[in-house]
Amino acid sequence: MERIHRRLSRLIAPAAAPYWQVAPLAGVLAVFFLLPLAITVVVSFWRYTEYSMIPALVGDNYASVFAGCLAELPGLCVTFKTYLSTLKFCVLVWLVTLVLGFTLAYFLAFHVRSLTWQTVLFLLCTIPFWTSNVIRMISWVPLLGRNGLVNTALVASGAVPAPLEWLLFSDFAVVLAFVHLYTMFMIVPIFNSMSRIDRALLEASRDAGASAWQTVWNVVGPLSKPGLVIGSIFVVTLVMGDYVTIGVMGGQQIASVGKIIQVELSYLQFPLAAANAVVLLGAVLAIICSMTRLVDLRREL
Amino acid sequence: MTRRRPPAFYALATVFGLFVLFLYGPMLTILVLSFQGPTGGLTFPLRGVSTHWFVRLWGGLGVVDIWAAFGRSLKLGAVVMTLTVLISLLAGYAFRRRFRGSAFVFYTAVASLIVPSIIVSLGIAVEFRLLDALIRWAAEGVGLAGLVEGFTTSAGTLTSGLGAHLTWTLPFGLLIMFAVFNRFDHRYEEAARDLGATSSQAFRHVVLPLIAPALVGIALFGFTLSWDEAARSSQALGADQNTLPLELTGLTTTVTNPEIYALGTVTTGVSFAVILISLLLIRALGRRRV
Repeated sequence: MERIHRRLSRLIAPAAAPYWQVAPLAGVLAVFFLLPLAITVVVSFWRYTEYSMIPALVGDNYASVFAGCLAELPGLCVTFKTYLSTLKFCVLVWLVTLVLGFTLAYFLAFHVRSLTWQTVLFLLCTIPFWTSNVIRMISWVPLLGRNGLVNTALVASGAVPAPLEWLLFSDFAVVLAFVHLYTMFMIVPIFNSMSRIDRALLEASRDAGASAWQTVWNVVGPLSKPGLVIGSIFVVTLVMGDYVTIGVMGGQQIASVGKIIQVELSYLQFPLAAANAVVLLGAVLAIICSMTRLVDLRREL
Repeated sequence: MTRRRPPAFYALATVFGLFVLFLYGPMLTILVLSFQGPTGGLTFPLRGVSTHWFVRLWGGLGVVDIWAAFGRSLKLGAVVMTLTVLISLLAGYAFRRRFRGSAFVFYTAVASLIVPSIIVSLGIAVEFRLLDALIRWAAEGVGLAGLVEGFTTSAGTLTSGLGAHLTWTLPFGLLIMFAVFNRFDHRYEEAARDLGATSSQAFRHVVLPLIAPALVGIALFGFTLSWDEAARSSQALGADQNTLPLELTGLTTTVTNPEIYALGTVTTGVSFAVILISLLLIRALGRRRV
C-alpha cells in the first residue's frame, strides 16, 4: 500500500506532469502520423498484385515511378513532366501570394491604426479560411464559365468577339483558386512578424532620409523575413501535395503528383502509390530545408 | 489626434478592398444562384427567385445519400472539436515547462501540418489495411475465425477518419496554446497558490477563465477544419463512409443544376453559424474577465 502510494505520488508529482499532459498529443501523432509515414516508406519496397500487398524489399515501384526518365532524356518522362507542371504552379502561386500577402499585411500592420479595426479587418481575411475549400472553388464556375458573368460582360462590351475558353478549367483557373484559398496562409504569419517590429525603427529610417519605399524594402522587408518564410513554406507545401484544387479547377484534365497518387490508390496499387508519396515527400522536404536555412522556425512560433 | 493619412494609405486600402471583394464575391454568387428559379441553370441570369433547389436537395441527390454524409460530418466535427480542445489544452500545459523530447513533439506537430495531406491519407489507409489483415490473421490463429466472418475493415469515420482529422487540427490547437501561454501572466497563478489554492483550484478559478476565449478559438478551428476537410480523409475512410466535403468534391463533376449551390449554401451556413457563435462567445468571455 505504502509503495503504491509512493508510486502514485511520483506519477502526479510536478516533474512528471508534462509527460502525461503531452501524452495524448504524442500518442495521436505517433499512431496517425509517424507510424503511417513509416509504413508508407516500408510498403514502397513491397510487391503487389491486383488484390493484395506482398512484403518484400524490391525497388520495382521506384523503377516504375521513374520509368523511362533516363532513356527519354533530353525529353521528359511522365513523372518529370508532372513535377515540372506542379512546380510551375508552386512558383506562380508563391509569387502572387507573397506579394499580395505582404501588401495586405503591411496595410493591416502599419496603416490601420485602431486595434478594433485591425481585428475586424484581420477577421475579414480569415473567415473564408473556416469555410469549405471545395465550395470556394465551385463558386468560381458561375463567374468564369463559358456563359459566366465575366465572359458575358466581356462579350457584351465588345472587348472580345467570343467567350474566352481559358478562364475556367485551365492553368489560369488553378492559379486563381490557389491564390483565393491560400493567401491567408501568407497574411497571418507576415502580419505576426510585422506587428513585432518596433515602430521607432521606421521613424529612424525616415529621419535618416529614407523614402517610404526604401523603408519598406530595407527595414520592414528584412524584419518580416520569418513571416515570409513560414508563409512560403505553407503555400509551397499545400500546392505541391494538392490534387483537389488542380482536379476541380483544371476540369480533371491537368496532371499533378497528388492526382497520380490518388489514381494509383483507386486501383489499390498501394506500394506504387507509396513510392510516389516517398518521392513527393523528399521533394517537399528538400524545398522546406532550403527555406528554413533562412530562419529559425521554433524561435519565431 | 488624427494625423493626415499618407497617399499610400488610400492605394493600399483600395488593394485591401479589392482583395475582400475577391474573397467574398464568388461566395456571394453561389449564395444568390442557389435561390435560382426552377427553370434556371448553373449561371446567371436568375430566372426568378425560389427555394426550389433547396427543396430538391432536401429530398436527396439521386444515388448519393447526402444527408447521411451531412450527419457523419457533423458528428465527426463535434468529436474532433472536443478532442482538439482537450488534447491541445493538456499539451499546452506540458509545453510551459521543459521536458525531454519537447522539441521532438513540437517538430512532429509542425511536420504533421505541412506534410502533404494525400501522403498522410495514404499512410493511414495502408496502416488500417495492415491492421485488418492482422485482425483476421490473429482471429484465425486462435481458432475464432467465425468471430470475424462479417468483419470487413476497422477503418471508419470515428477510427481512421478521426485520426486523419486530428493530425490536421491538433497542430493548429497547439500553436494557439503556444500563443496563449507566451502572453500569459504567471503572477495570477502564483497569487492563487499563495492564497492557498490547490493546483486544480488555480486551474478552475484562475487559469481557465483567462484562457477560455482561446479555447473557444481552438474549438472553432477544430470544428471548421474538420467540417471542410477533404484531402486528408479522402483515402482514410471506410467504404461508403464519405464525409460531406468528399461527396461534394465528387458532385462537382456529376451535378449540373443549382442543387450543388444549394448544398454549398447550406454547408457554408453551418460554417458561418459556428464562426458567429464562436466569435460572440469569445467576446462575451473576454468581457467577463474585466
